[in-house]
Amino acid sequence: MEEFPLHYIPLLPLAGAAFCLLFGKRVGKTITTAVALCSVFGSGLLVASAVRLLHESPVPLTDTFFSATWISAGDLQLSAGLTLDRLSSVLCMIVTGIGFLIHVYASGYMAHDEGYTRFFGYLNLFMGAMLILVLGDSMPVTFVGWEGVGLCSYLLIGFWYDKEANANAGRKAFVVNRIGDFGFLLAMAYLFSLTGTLKYAELPSHLQTLGQTAWWGLPAAFFFGILVLVGATGKSAQIPLYVWLPDAMAGPTPVSALIHAATMVTAGVYVCVRLHVAFEIFPLTLAIIAIIGALTALFAATIGVLQRDFKKVLAYSTVSQLGFMFVGVGSAINTPTSVTSNYQGAIFHLMTHAFFKAGLFLGAGSVMHALSGEGDITRMGGLRKHLPHTHATFLLCCLAIAGIIPLSGFWSKDAILGGAHAAMWLPKGTGGAEVFFAHHLGLILYLILLATAACTAFYMFRLYFLAFWGEFRGTDEELHHIHESPASMTGVLWVLAIGAVGVGFLGIPDVVSSGGNHFGEWLLPVVREQAAEESAREFWTLAVIALGASAAGIGLAAALYLHGFSDQVRAMAAAFPSVYKFVYNKYYIDEFYNAVIVQPLRWISLGLWKVVDSFFIDGTVRLVGGLTLVVGKVVRYAQTGDVHHYVAGMLAGAALVFGLSVQLGGCHGYKFAEAASVATPRLQRMPRREHVTPDNVPLLPAVPGNGLIR
Amino acid sequence: MIPVENFLVLAAVLFCIGGLGVVLRKNVLIILMSVELMLNAANLTLLAFARAHHDQHAHAFAFLVIAVAAAEAAVGLSIVVGIFRTRRTVQVDELTLMKH
Repeated sequence: MEEFPLHYIPLLPLAGAAFCLLFGKRVGKTITTAVALCSVFGSGLLVASAVRLLHESPVPLTDTFFSATWISAGDLQLSAGLTLDRLSSVLCMIVTGIGFLIHVYASGYMAHDEGYTRFFGYLNLFMGAMLILVLGDSMPVTFVGWEGVGLCSYLLIGFWYDKEANANAGRKAFVVNRIGDFGFLLAMAYLFSLTGTLKYAELPSHLQTLGQTAWWGLPAAFFFGILVLVGATGKSAQIPLYVWLPDAMAGPTPVSALIHAATMVTAGVYVCVRLHVAFEIFPLTLAIIAIIGALTALFAATIGVLQRDFKKVLAYSTVSQLGFMFVGVGSAINTPTSVTSNYQGAIFHLMTHAFFKAGLFLGAGSVMHALSGEGDITRMGGLRKHLPHTHATFLLCCLAIAGIIPLSGFWSKDAILGGAHAAMWLPKGTGGAEVFFAHHLGLILYLILLATAACTAFYMFRLYFLAFWGEFRGTDEELHHIHESPASMTGVLWVLAIGAVGVGFLGIPDVVSSGGNHFGEWLLPVVREQAAEESAREFWTLAVIALGASAAGIGLAAALYLHGFSDQVRAMAAAFPSVYKFVYNKYYIDEFYNAVIVQPLRWISLGLWKVVDSFFIDGTVRLVGGLTLVVGKVVRYAQTGDVHHYVAGMLAGAALVFGLSVQLGGCHGYKFAEAASVATPRLQRMPRREHVTPDNVPLLPAVPGNGLIR
Repeated sequence: MIPVENFLVLAAVLFCIGGLGVVLRKNVLIILMSVELMLNAANLTLLAFARAHHDQHAHAFAFLVIAVAAAEAAVGLSIVVGIFRTRRTVQVDELTLMKH
């Protein structure tokens, strides 16, 4: 463990955020931009220097800033620290690198926005929170960042909060994410109750404990894994919690690119890989992850096929690609000696996806910027003549996401497809009902992903052709306004496009070129590669099949949409109106959730409000107040103003008190006979002045010769 | 020697007369006089016990009561004069502004 001042990495953007939010309005846009960009750039430089150290030796860098005193409650003694190993370094580079590019882009995109300084404040806050999430050395520290990015996501989705739809989208994202966060919290509590530690580095020494059977013959690791998975599905928009991400497109486009495509939504994938040792105890947990990922991938991709909003298509594409990453995480190979999974493929796809999806979103931003905010692809067309840079970069990113050789998407998608194809969650030769997990599931998931890949190519190129080819379908006025974006935006687009083309070469599998998998090598100290025995021949077979699927998708898109909506499209929509409506309305999942979860909750809340709160609680309060009023109304007639009544009352009261005190023995009445006969020596010793003390002290009897008067 | 009970009974009778006077009479002056009667009934009780117990301290209390009664009479009478000047009456049943 080597010490490194890691805390400056998140602190720089956080300080930038504080500055932008507190003084941004006062110092103006130029200084705000400078501070925001410099803080991110500075933290990027720190990451780069840390990565240089990691390059020399894979020993993780650490930085403990609260040793054992961060949280102290009973048995719970938590320290907080940051750690940078080769896995988090990949995420850090993506976050600071792509984050910086998107900051530059946003300085052009948001130039005319009133909330410019607020926007950069939130964006920097997000950077800080995301870096804490990635760098945290234990689950609670990660959770701080986890909640931080959720907050920023909420703030930025509802950035234009004066439109109600945007504010609602922000709220939806927040509430749905809370469900996932709750899973993550429970996972933490469960892990702590089992092992007494929450540090990632100490996890491997507690595998025995986690492997013990908890309930129904399943190990504790299974339940822990499921809870983590709930958290991951919330943050990374997987079934069943994906519904917030498409709505999150209400935010400004740079936000969609940074938070809802490149970085935050990959947090779930990252956390799963971070905790991989816990998942490997019980590989069926990994199978569940893979199944969820594959279903989400296909589901979202089919929705994306018919959407008409530029950013919505990209949003469903993001959900779908995140599904790919989950399949990567879950594609385990279980042999009697070891369990390995395709984490490397997942993280590799995470990285390439960050480039091409950020490029696509920023391209979408550029298009909408040119069309004064129009995002409906039915009103676009022919833009390639007007927006040459946007067009070229968008095409490159589309080819990358479609997985065309040799662009980055090809290598990373192939890594995941190959991993799924090779996956076996139970050792070979398992019999009985479990044979499904050993032999069939991997192939099924592979086929699902292959269909998804074809779908992806289709809807991406549908988008591309509808936007950039054919004739312009908007108004003439819009046509006159179309202009290419400023250099700050197109420059960033080109950098991302080059990344989308190039980063794939970092992870060329060893079967293609020996020693070509620099990416896998880099991650090797943290996660082993999936132990698949793949020959070059198998690799190329799978690659050709995948390429064929992509090409088919592109070809179909070209045939149907090259000149705008073709007659065949209209004919198909007319032939199957119910199917068309069903898919176009996203399978009515939102409506389903609304009916099954939201509405019952509303009714319960309404009941609680009307019955419990209004009737019982408010009623009690009103009853007490009302009673006091009534009593006051009656009793005030005693206040006659006539002195006689008061005096009579006073006398009666005095008589009552006197009578009661005599009756109850609190006051010793004077007993003459007793007083005359009793004369104790103790009383005689008492000083004279005591004899006039109150009447509960026995009075001195009249003794001859004792007094002054006789 | 007159037994102490006789003094006490007399004091009680005077106290009751005074009390009844305070409660029943309407004229403020008479009420004040009745209050004086009650105070002096209390004095008589004190002195009777002092005698019975051969204890001189009660005399001090009696003097204190007399002093307080004098002060009370002075303040009370000036209040009565003040009331009479403003309201032209000293009948308490006509002085009932302080009601609900």
